[in-house]
Amino acid sequence: MVKISATKLNIWFGETSVLRNINIEIYANEILSIIGPSNSGKTTFLRMLNRLNDLTPSFKMQGEVMFEDTDIRKINVELLRKKIGMVFALPLPLPLSIFDNVAYGLRMHGERNRKRIREKVKQALTQGYLWDEVKDRLPESAFKLSGGQQQRLCIARTLAVEPDVILFDEPCSGLDPISTAKVEEAMLKLKKEYTIVLVTNNVKQAARVGDRTAFFLSGELVELDKTEKIFTAPSDRRTDDYIRGKFG
Amino acid sequence: MARNPYRSQKIAFFCLLLATLFIVVPVGMIVVVIIKKGIAGITWQFLTDVPRKGMRAGGIFPAIVGTVYLVTGAISFALPIGLFAAIYLSEYAKGNFLTRMIKLAIVNLAGVPSVVYGLFGLSLFVVFFKFGASILSGALTLGIMILPLIITASREALESVPASFREASLSLGASKWQTIRHIVLPNAVPGILTGTILGLGRAAGETAPILFTAAAFYLPRLPHSIFDQVMALPYHLYVISTQVPNVDEKIRYGTALVLVFLVLVMNLIAVVIRYQFRKKKKW
Repeated sequence: MVKISATKLNIWFGETSVLRNINIEIYANEILSIIGPSNSGKTTFLRMLNRLNDLTPSFKMQGEVMFEDTDIRKINVELLRKKIGMVFALPLPLPLSIFDNVAYGLRMHGERNRKRIREKVKQALTQGYLWDEVKDRLPESAFKLSGGQQQRLCIARTLAVEPDVILFDEPCSGLDPISTAKVEEAMLKLKKEYTIVLVTNNVKQAARVGDRTAFFLSGELVELDKTEKIFTAPSDRRTDDYIRGKFG
Repeated sequence: MARNPYRSQKIAFFCLLLATLFIVVPVGMIVVVIIKKGIAGITWQFLTDVPRKGMRAGGIFPAIVGTVYLVTGAISFALPIGLFAAIYLSEYAKGNFLTRMIKLAIVNLAGVPSVVYGLFGLSLFVVFFKFGASILSGALTLGIMILPLIITASREALESVPASFREASLSLGASKWQTIRHIVLPNAVPGILTGTILGLGRAAGETAPILFTAAAFYLPRLPHSIFDQVMALPYHLYVISTQVPNVDEKIRYGTALVLVFLVLVMNLIAVVIRYQFRKKKKW
């Protein structure tokens, strides 16, 4: 089942063309990895899906992005972002306590019942593999957590609002290998219930967790295929070069 | 000759220290002189009695009350309006020509001489709205005078909240207003209060804006309503220093001391609130 599809998507920031003629279908319950050198437009594509690009005044687009067969520009933007959550490159807790970071989204969507909030916070932190580490320090500032814990907190925060799709924007770029392994483990488990789009600079990470992998280069989609195919027999020479580390 | 980095560092430190002393010494001297000459005038009667014998004796209670009323009124008018305007300008307004002109105009308003605000208040509040010379007119005039200060400080405070916090909040599906209300504003409060402190001091100390709009030359009683005139400390100080002959020095400096102390107390309240918010700041 197609969850999200982009058709003839072009994006500019001011006069600079960032994405050209992108056609991608993202299936439900898959992990789609997007790899490519920096400035290839990966993150812009990701931020298109939850309309974060709208915050940039010079943003212009053509073509369309459909979420469950509805143009995302016709969906209420708050609802769209509730359905399509995002985890950023750097751990980005809100300046609140650990508990309130996870409860924030629930409260913003109108949840008032304290008991239900507590339950959902616990559930989300458990899903984010963080509950055992923080259950005794929930009122502390989220900034007291380590980098890896903060990133798992951000995942839990995103899970708490019960999205359908989770966008990961280089979620492990600031993390040590052990924290990275924990985040990847979380992603693989989450795939059963969520659709995941993972932008990563780490080619090996794409190989480890992605069902399918897309290779972006200079604003174009070079190749999109099953991860094994991309990593063993890519059809495009440039994909092969990038994966082997010849550039990028 | 090779340059000696240690010597140039020493010269730089010396210049910076000298500049700091240039600021500290006069401020210290003002405080010392006012306290030395004024402390003798501070008695219970001076603080609680009305002026007597053509302001050459008695107290300054009505002027203290008047200044407190005027400053409180000015802040309660200017803070909400200034804050809302700042939120609109920094969060909602598009970055077009009109917005830039408005921002420029606000910055320039901060440089308008206070006597011009006084004239403006006279024509708008006293005459046009028929509030008369009253606490209301004076407070509104002072409020308009400190609006640019509050707007500019608040805008800077709002804009200094990192964009990443906003994105994180928005990405969870919070609306723009929820993001402002729950994430941006709480983190901007210290900066907004700094603007308020500056505004407080300015409103308490200015004479010109209340000269035509609120201040009574001599009114030995407390105001009955906000449509009443009041005495105010800065104007009273001007009057007893230049308009009334033979006022004892300790009364003049005592009045100045009370004014300085009053501003200090008001600032202290804002500083304490700001400290509370900074302590809660989690990043």
